[in-house]
Amino acid sequence: MNVQSIKGLVQADRVHRAVYTDPQLFELELDRIFGRAWLVLGHESQVAHPGDFFTTRMGREPIIVTRHTDGSVRVLVNRCAHRGARVCEAADGTTAEFVCAYHGWTYGTDGRLAGLPLPEGYARPAAQSIDGGLARVPRVDAYRGFLFASLAAHGPTLAEFLGPLRASFDDFVERAPEGEVEVAGGVFKHAYRGNWKLVLENHNDTVHPVFVHASSIWAARREPTAEGAYSEIGVRQMLQNGAPWEVWENTGLWVAGHGHSWMADYHDDSRLVAALAHPAFAEYRAALERRLGREGAARVLGELRWNSIVYPNCSFMSQFRQLRIVHPIAVDRTVVYAYSFRLKGAPERMFRDTVAFSNVVNGTASPVLTDDLEVYERTQEGLGARGSDWVFLGRGQGGDLPDRDGTLRGRTGTSEVHIRNQLAAWLEYMTAES
Amino acid sequence: MRAAADAELRSEIEQLLYHEAWLLDRGRLDEWLGLYTDDATYWIPLQANQADPLTTSSIVYDDRRLLEVRVRQFQHPRAHARVPAPRTVHQIGNVRVLEADGPDARVGSTLVLVEYRRERQRVWGAVVEHRLRRTAQGLRIAAKRVDLVNSEAELDGVVCLL
Ligand code: FES
Ligand SMILES: [Fe+2]
Repeated sequence: MNVQSIKGLVQADRVHRAVYTDPQLFELELDRIFGRAWLVLGHESQVAHPGDFFTTRMGREPIIVTRHTDGSVRVLVNRCAHRGARVCEAADGTTAEFVCAYHGWTYGTDGRLAGLPLPEGYARPAAQSIDGGLARVPRVDAYRGFLFASLAAHGPTLAEFLGPLRASFDDFVERAPEGEVEVAGGVFKHAYRGNWKLVLENHNDTVHPVFVHASSIWAARREPTAEGAYSEIGVRQMLQNGAPWEVWENTGLWVAGHGHSWMADYHDDSRLVAALAHPAFAEYRAALERRLGREGAARVLGELRWNSIVYPNCSFMSQFRQLRIVHPIAVDRTVVYAYSFRLKGAPERMFRDTVAFSNVVNGTASPVLTDDLEVYERTQEGLGARGSDWVFLGRGQGGDLPDRDGTLRGRTGTSEVHIRNQLAAWLEYMTAES
Repeated sequence: MRAAADAELRSEIEQLLYHEAWLLDRGRLDEWLGLYTDDATYWIPLQANQADPLTTSSIVYDDRRLLEVRVRQFQHPRAHARVPAPRTVHQIGNVRVLEADGPDARVGSTLVLVEYRRERQRVWGAVVEHRLRRTAQGLRIAAKRVDLVNSEAELDGVVCLL
């Protein structure tokens, strides 16, 4: 598909269904979007000590992230330099080396070839013929402990790429009394039969909850408050999806360059945090005040960000310590890994609420999430229809307002500006020469 | 005497497990909920050998209240992920009374579940543990833990009760 025909797919207020359904475009996306953009890989706490590693994907590339003996984080392609077998099978662990199962080639935690059988069988040292070892991902960086990498040797720096979205990561970390967070509590891996963009277009879609989550809202409304109960945070989240239109309209919705966006001023602790009246919350606030002072802590707790989207592969929620990484598998198949984080220095009760919250919001059997997944699948099926080629994205169009730091703010919180912005970035990646 | 009592208890336990499966397979969810005690928990761990439902996420960890919300939601006409509702067959096997002291019993079993919904059939396998309690209403379920063999896999949404 040439650049000119790709350009015709994204228009001011509509996008062609091929963007979600065409397998050739999908292959091109792996090169031009997932092969170029900075992708969120995870968090430094997943490789806290030398020898620690975890495996993941960048687009469809199999990846190992390791902490080398010199303390640096290395991002390696999980593919033996000999004849191509995957070198590391474990999801995570600690090791001194990676030994390929096939012919025993061995690599250090920096990917360098450390040994092979029968080395004298080669005319020149094998390491030279294979560029030293496992292929390395060209660019690796971190922001506030979150790990990023890019498969492209050149491109914007991470700071340029993130731009004002950095504030969402700041918010994530500043909420910790010790100023640090760590991945904890297990990883949900949920899959759906639909395009990867559908989940990213949904997370800042404030019109959908009332409809998609009608059943869980209805079910939760029949529950009296049970302050302090394990179930309370989940019930409150279900209820919050049923907020009246004025709440959604008044929600802040910002978009920035490279397709990023975030929602704010929507959830506030008094409405959602089950533990607010719990002594643990007072203890937490006190711990935060010890680091930041009274005003500093109030400022951090007053920041009410909801979903932040790092286009093209991540959506996170600083206020409730959830982070989701989107893995495109096929044009109509996507897997999302959802992680929870512990606020270092906060009472354990806070983390228990995070876990309870994740079960209800990101759990594979969640009464909330399963309805989102169902709608992605119905959308994918609908987009296969030839009866109409266009997806209409006109809500709020023309009313979005320029705001600070080069952002655009949706005229109201129900604007589809976040989707138009993602597709503008899509077009930029897909039509750029390199 | 002892052997006869054991056989009787064992049969009562088996009947309860079969009855539970039977109610689920017929979509009689309110009656199914009625088999659980007021303080019951229903747990599908995320991790193999997961020790704890409070500091590690779970595919489901419902207290009685969340279980009621779930069952209520399942019956709403716009519970999209369950429209149409899945049809299931729960096959219970290898029932073993692991502990039976006083009013409580701990029971292990295996579950093979065939689920059909919207042109797709899925098969689930799990090792199950029930904690049963003798109440005024009869034998009831105080806790159920379902360890899916593929709990750590990349899973499409789970919309049936196990
Ligand atoms: S493919 Fe890895 S050692 Fe041969
Ligand atoms: Fe949703």
